[in-house]
Amino acid sequence: MRKLISIAAMAALSITVSFTASVSAEDIAITGGKAFTNGGNGEVENATILVSGGKITSVSSGGAVPAGYRVIDASGKWVTAGFMAADTSLGLTEVSLSGGINDASAPAEKGAIGLSVVPAINPANIFIPNTRIEGVTRAMTRMTNTGDMWLGVGAVLKLNDSDMIAQEKAFLAIDLDEGSATEVGGSRAVLWSKLNEKFQAAKDKMGAAAKKDDDDKDEKRPSAADATMNAVLSGDMPIYAVVNRKADIMQLIAFQNRFGVRVILGGGAEAWMVADMLAAAGIGVVLEPSANLPGNFDTLGQTSAAAGRLHAAGVKVAFIPPGTHNSRLVVQNAGIAVSMGMPWDAAMDALTVNPAEMFGVGDSYGKLSAGMDADVVVWDGDPLEVMSSPDAVLIAGVDIPLVSRQTKLRDRYKDLDRSPAFDR
Amino acid sequence: MKFRGLNSTMLKRIAMVAALGLVAAACTPGEGEQGEYVEIDRDPFPSSYTPLPSGTTVITGATILDGAGGRIEGGSILIENGKVAAVGADLSIPDGASVIDAAGRWVTPGIIDVHSHLGVYPSPGVQAHSDGNEIGDPVTADAWAEHALWPHDAGFIRAAAGGVTAAQLLPGSANLVGGRSVTVKNVPGRVAQDMKFPGAPYGMKMACGENPKRVYGDGSRGGDFRPHTRMGNVAGYRQAWADAQEYQRQWDKYERDYKAGKDVLPPARDLNLDTLAGVLRGEIAVHMHCYRGDDMGTMLDVMKEFDYQIASFQHAVESYKIADKLAENNVCSAMWADWYGFKMEAYDGIRENIPFVHKAGACAIVHSDSSSGIQRLNQEAAKALADGRKAGVDISKAVAWTWLSLNPARSLGIDDKTGTLTAGKDADIVLWSGDPFSVYTKADLTFVDGAVVFDRLNPENNPVMDFELGQPGEGDVK
Repeated sequence: MRKLISIAAMAALSITVSFTASVSAEDIAITGGKAFTNGGNGEVENATILVSGGKITSVSSGGAVPAGYRVIDASGKWVTAGFMAADTSLGLTEVSLSGGINDASAPAEKGAIGLSVVPAINPANIFIPNTRIEGVTRAMTRMTNTGDMWLGVGAVLKLNDSDMIAQEKAFLAIDLDEGSATEVGGSRAVLWSKLNEKFQAAKDKMGAAAKKDDDDKDEKRPSAADATMNAVLSGDMPIYAVVNRKADIMQLIAFQNRFGVRVILGGGAEAWMVADMLAAAGIGVVLEPSANLPGNFDTLGQTSAAAGRLHAAGVKVAFIPPGTHNSRLVVQNAGIAVSMGMPWDAAMDALTVNPAEMFGVGDSYGKLSAGMDADVVVWDGDPLEVMSSPDAVLIAGVDIPLVSRQTKLRDRYKDLDRSPAFDR
Repeated sequence: MKFRGLNSTMLKRIAMVAALGLVAAACTPGEGEQGEYVEIDRDPFPSSYTPLPSGTTVITGATILDGAGGRIEGGSILIENGKVAAVGADLSIPDGASVIDAAGRWVTPGIIDVHSHLGVYPSPGVQAHSDGNEIGDPVTADAWAEHALWPHDAGFIRAAAGGVTAAQLLPGSANLVGGRSVTVKNVPGRVAQDMKFPGAPYGMKMACGENPKRVYGDGSRGGDFRPHTRMGNVAGYRQAWADAQEYQRQWDKYERDYKAGKDVLPPARDLNLDTLAGVLRGEIAVHMHCYRGDDMGTMLDVMKEFDYQIASFQHAVESYKIADKLAENNVCSAMWADWYGFKMEAYDGIRENIPFVHKAGACAIVHSDSSSGIQRLNQEAAKALADGRKAGVDISKAVAWTWLSLNPARSLGIDDKTGTLTAGKDADIVLWSGDPFSVYTKADLTFVDGAVVFDRLNPENNPVMDFELGQPGEGDVK
């Protein structure tokens, strides 16, 4: 009975704790570390990073700490912006296999151009704390599959406890890969025809609406799908096109030229083979650096050297983690890219400013510099090293407790007892 | 019910054979002619592995992790006749030996992955290559991974680039009993037998939990297939073992009767029960896919009930919850550093699983189950080591390497041949560009039996697998 009472008391306490965890950002100074600012200010030794109102207010070497700031001592440590996993389904999927609904997958849905992932995002998803306590504070999130090529409008998440949506309508995702062709008529010939028809029709409709707009001011509001197509055709929203085969990537470049849209290439197994064309077209590539096997006939030329080669050709690169549950491993993936020839600084950009710019949050996130959201991570060593980990993680100025369901399980089973569930 | 095993016709036949044997013996005691004694060939697909040519090589000035927990700074290793000839701080260099200056570099035993589907689920992973799960019957101990092993899988050479010198190739986990595994040396072969690790015992794959009940319980294969639940899973294992016990008794009796001079016919051959009985005789090691601690706890009792040994639980995501019991029962856990969460039985995975199992005195192994993960098992060990240290488990890098070579070799029954840098063992060795616990470190040279199978600095010397010839990316750095 005594134990049960203490459990109840603990439960009450933990509710209090979780309330206090979501208090608004305090004034914090991170001092003494070696800061990497990703184009902000280069590498800053003995950096003082001041955080107030959720923003970084200054980054300086040896700067003074104003009164009232709580100090996080980063002496001997490395300080970076929080990292971004550039292609995930975070917040949409709990247990992907046989564990209930997976909101990232809607196999019965077709023509999902107007669909938004935002209403399906679950901030209580356990993968969010598991990811952020390892220094990944942002994630692009999207549907993985529908009944055809249209994967709807994806978002950029800030992995804190409240106000998670950093960019609600970040991109229109379109699957133009082998699997999608299987769903759309069973052939790439059908897939690309339908894609071009759809965009041509949307372009015509937009033109007609603009004309009509001049005569008739009572035009009804466009559907979500039309609004999305209009945003894409007017250059306000990029397309995130999942494509791997070289021939398909060349089709994508031609498509971009045809409609004047902004394109980000996702997957891009053979993108390095047309790196110069992608650089000329201004198309960034989001890829999985560890992938280097001919997994299917779309990815025969895949190599872990791709990230370095694309970077060398002037293509902006960002990284896909090995699965949504492993979103935190995007950092290891950056290390793998470096081990295969990508410069370290370029890999840091690929974890921060590159995806920020691609997905429309570059004004508020990505660099360690004044005016940016205070996503700041203090690491116990080179952040790309597999044996390093964060000692402190700030997201939009909030000092995130380094606690997750995983760390609770770890602490519970650290010393084996007969029934640890009763020994909280 | 379709748990496969002895059906009633077969049982009748065995009973009849036994009865006839008795009658024959009674009519002609001691003087009748005997038929030829029938003995089952235990090795019908023998290894045709031939070590690649190798010379006498000395690697000098390296940081050596010997794989048994020892570390030598500025150490040397002598490779002669495909074997480790000597390891130490000061070795005399034989005349004519080629010398590799490894100052600043590290040397370890080759990595052994106890859980790979290379060759049976090869790249490209098209449906036509899906050869790992003999779905249709939940007990398929008669299916052998080596019969699906495509030696031209590009994954083998990628694994060699990651320092993998041997691997256990397993059937998948759709079935309660998936079939026989095969242990291979990571060398190019034209047929599967060219890769088979000489003298390695067979393994047998079994699976706990979600996979078999999902595959058979979803109704897509007809309602009469079991299992549908974890209860059905355990019923299935137990019935299979009971059938195997009965089968073994028949063969034992045949042997006794024959040796007593009776003219007896052998029991009808059953390929499924051959393998299961091989486990009961202690000739074949069980490697069991099992995530949840309670599932593993149940299997420890099934193991005792039928008197066999589980060599390892594979994936073993919750081993940290029962690590003391695993130590008591001498069962290894083959684990990922940090994969978790993709299915319910993986939901409770923690990053400290490997170090916590190690801390409890149980046998910990880093495994991949992935054509990508197998290329970076050193990094997986590094993550586990770091997470363990942060949780207060003090482990050296030298000891952590036992998770990658010695412990896997033990669980596969090949630790007398490989797994440590011990004089007389096979020269299965990796020369790393630096500290292999770093993400930036690559295998410079991978040796199998003293022969170089991967040479990072001379990529033109590396094998290009058949499938990759004439394709985009042929011969590229991967």
